[in-house]
Amino acid sequence: MTENNQEKIGVYVCHCGTNIAGVVNVQEVAEWAASKLKHRGVVIAREYKFMCSSLGQELIEKDIKELGLNRVVVAACSPHLHEKTFRTACANAGLNPFLCEMVSIREQVSWVHTDKVAATAKAKAMIAGGVERVRYNSPLEPLMVPINPATLVVGGGIAGIQSALEIADAGHHVYMVEREPSIGGHMAQFDKTFPTLDCAACILTPKMVSVGSHPNITLLTWSEVEKVEGYVGNFTVTVRKKARKINEELCTGCGICQEKCPKKVIDNVYEAGLGYRKAIYTPFPQAVPNRPVMDVENCTYYEKGTCKACEKFCPTNAIDFDQQDEILNFEVGNIVLATGYDLFDARRVTNYGYGRLPNVFTSLEVERLTNAAGPTTGNIVLRDGKTVPKAVGIIHCVGSRDRNFNNYCSVICCMQSLKFAHLVHERTGATVYNFYIDMRTAFKDYDEFYQRVLEEGTLFVRGKVAEVSDVPRTEREKGKLIIQVEDTLVGKQRRIPVDMVILSTGLEPRKDAKEVAKLFGISCSVNGWFIEKHPKLDPIATMTEGIYIAGCAQGPKDIPNSVAQGAAASARVLGKIEQKQIALEPIRASVIEEKCSGCRICNGLCPFNAITFHEDRMVTEINPALCQGCGTCVAACPAGAITGTGFSNDQIMAQIEGLLMLNVDQELAVA
Amino acid sequence: MTEKPKFAMYWAASCGGCEIAVLNIHEKILDVDANFDVVFWPVAMDAKYKDVEAMEDGSILLTLFNGGIRNDENEHIAKLLRKKSKILVAFGSCANEGCIPGLANLSDSREIVHTAFNTISTDNPHEIYPMTSYDVPEGEIHIPKILPVLKTLDQVVDVDYYMPGCPPESHQIAAVIDLVVDVLHGKAELPPKGTVIGAGNSTVCDECKRTRNVKTIKSFQRIWGVAPDPSLCLLEQGIPCNGPATRSGCNARCPTAGAQCIGCYGPAEGVADYGARLISAFASVIDAKDPQEIDRILDGLVDPTGQFYRFNLAGSLLKAAVPAWKAESTHEKEKA
Repeated sequence: MTENNQEKIGVYVCHCGTNIAGVVNVQEVAEWAASKLKHRGVVIAREYKFMCSSLGQELIEKDIKELGLNRVVVAACSPHLHEKTFRTACANAGLNPFLCEMVSIREQVSWVHTDKVAATAKAKAMIAGGVERVRYNSPLEPLMVPINPATLVVGGGIAGIQSALEIADAGHHVYMVEREPSIGGHMAQFDKTFPTLDCAACILTPKMVSVGSHPNITLLTWSEVEKVEGYVGNFTVTVRKKARKINEELCTGCGICQEKCPKKVIDNVYEAGLGYRKAIYTPFPQAVPNRPVMDVENCTYYEKGTCKACEKFCPTNAIDFDQQDEILNFEVGNIVLATGYDLFDARRVTNYGYGRLPNVFTSLEVERLTNAAGPTTGNIVLRDGKTVPKAVGIIHCVGSRDRNFNNYCSVICCMQSLKFAHLVHERTGATVYNFYIDMRTAFKDYDEFYQRVLEEGTLFVRGKVAEVSDVPRTEREKGKLIIQVEDTLVGKQRRIPVDMVILSTGLEPRKDAKEVAKLFGISCSVNGWFIEKHPKLDPIATMTEGIYIAGCAQGPKDIPNSVAQGAAASARVLGKIEQKQIALEPIRASVIEEKCSGCRICNGLCPFNAITFHEDRMVTEINPALCQGCGTCVAACPAGAITGTGFSNDQIMAQIEGLLMLNVDQELAVA
Repeated sequence: MTEKPKFAMYWAASCGGCEIAVLNIHEKILDVDANFDVVFWPVAMDAKYKDVEAMEDGSILLTLFNGGIRNDENEHIAKLLRKKSKILVAFGSCANEGCIPGLANLSDSREIVHTAFNTISTDNPHEIYPMTSYDVPEGEIHIPKILPVLKTLDQVVDVDYYMPGCPPESHQIAAVIDLVVDVLHGKAELPPKGTVIGAGNSTVCDECKRTRNVKTIKSFQRIWGVAPDPSLCLLEQGIPCNGPATRSGCNARCPTAGAQCIGCYGPAEGVADYGARLISAFASVIDAKDPQEIDRILDGLVDPTGQFYRFNLAGSLLKAAVPAWKAESTHEKEKA
């Protein structure tokens, strides 16, 4: 079609309100395209306030029908947002959707430039590129592939649990992978939950049990995902099931091994370093599955070669010292990532003294202190294990809203601090001070809880704490921790002596969030949280189709929001499963067999395993159903024997020439 | 046939290897003489430019043009022969893609002249440089003026066929002569204009007998430093063989002999930029994730331009480096 000059191209320039029109002279751009690109096949160029509106789309549809357009260029926002919209509009008017090309003059022009003249010139160049490119676009048809109804849920915290249960209850199989020995996540460590103060375990454990016993859920704890291949509808997942050193079939979870194990180990995970566990252990009594794991780094047998107390006492001979890691492979259609968060390491704020001053505690430590099943059976005491504090200071925003650490708000800390204030007050009768920058108690019933804590007599000091010190200046401060703070409401520096300091530590992305993101083919934000497809309209999907995110992995949030996201992610998954098949973008690579010499450079490169080599004919072939159109092999093929639809050499070279304005009517272009 | 059709061959910026390759077809050269009237072939016979200028336009049936367009004499003869010839063939790598002389496009012409006449390899204490014109009693004489950028033949004039190779293989030349003779006798038809003749349509790998596996490269080796496995793909052994991107037609002579392909047959069909293709291909199979390790492996390619653009620089997308382009744009302005 390119050769016989039959193109009838329509160019549509969007104002996007003032988003584009505020910087780019949209009218000038449209008029320019109509005149200077006329000889390149542009028969109409229009501008419109909102091209994505139904009226804007109708404009395109009408022109296709009335002017017989056979190519469309829409200069508007990023194709991520509205490519589908405009392709659908073209399809509605009977034009193959892949003959529509988008030019991003919002993200790539108006939002990144302030010089209006230069931005307008750039918009023109980009449209010229789009017009040249679209001349080489060819009509494409999507490929339909079936969707595997099984789902992988990574992370067994409350978000993952909710997601898994929703999908499993709907009758589809779920593989849940959790790297700790038990599911439950951070919520299992909490005592009370704000603002209702119901017991975390009481509301969580029934759900954990449901996961453990659900016929549709394969629960893989003490396991990690090692590899993910394929694409939406057809992922192949490789999971390493770490050796528990326990035969899970034989084990009944009786707990005798833990009882008999002579080795005590400080529990830095579940008990936040405040309590002990054994070298063979389940992290907590309600653990699901109720199967212990052996800590081979601390087990006496692995250290000295003798002991085996657990083996001697195990009534079912379930102990297996020789057990090795197991590699499992299975196929799923969709994946939900609910990998949670790490707690900010309070040691990093050296002026608050955590790790140096014994009676400075982190929020997680206090969760364990207040927990009836915790190391102090719910008694809030100082590090010595017995002294009940008479005055307690709770510091908000530790590691959050602080340009030295994290700029973001960790969302849950205000409410968590209020909860601690209430619990400390209730259990010890101590004077409680809360040091806050701003009080953030949005969401249902939260502010009411704040009012309640105020009424209980907790003292609130508005100001960022400068320092926690144990160096007294007065008699009154002796033997105390002194909180140095600027009270911004009074406008004065204050020194407040207390017995105990609680640091309301913020939330951080998992240490390995970046690697996990890479494993699943998604991205992390600057702060390290997984990036959602759209911050407002698609907070649980990602840019990779079939991969969803839920809970704190996406950003700090409380339990109700985590649960809502878990459920929302499963709704999306169920929607996909219901479709039974999925239309794959026809953007994919193919091999021109005559040009392929079988050099095999591409053979090991495909992230989707779409490439096979035919030894007999010495040629490479690409499976169109597996190909995701990433272009890796196209770029690698030294012979130019692999072409990518939608990104052919001709298209790209033409676009570059367009960008360089080589094809613009130069006589007119001087104007 | 009352009169034999006319044949011409010319060398512009080239080494003369193409001429030798033509003579290397042995007794087949007699077929050329039998079927053609050789009217212009500076290396083989005496002729004056004015004789060619006097010929009727289009009177030469076949001209094999080798060499790149380096100076104004080359340019003049290229344009002249284009006018006088029915079929103009870009013969050999220089005319096709610039070849070794094209590497000079990395510098501007002043630097080229300076390098040739006054660097450590040349003893020139009086800084004597060649002049383009000189007054003698008989009048002013000239030597050709060097152009800012070496161009391929088709960057200067319209070309009918392309025959790659440095030089083209003699068996391929013989085959082309057979074809032309057959066409003359009405036994065959000429291929469509713009066709690459005397070469294959895939890559050197297609003609290479070495065993190939999925590739991963942990280090690049220079050919003098290793004794390569005689039956395994050279690239897999870390020897940077350009075969995967190079047009077939030579019967994989170098890899068969144990030396890597250096790419003299130019880019395979449909490859827009030979060097970029190869860089992308090599980079794709480097077996490392750590940036420092990758750097270490890449350092094994000691001369990237020589590796990737030895023959194709003038014919590549970029064609020349910035200093040469700047001089070229000044030159164009002066001409205008």
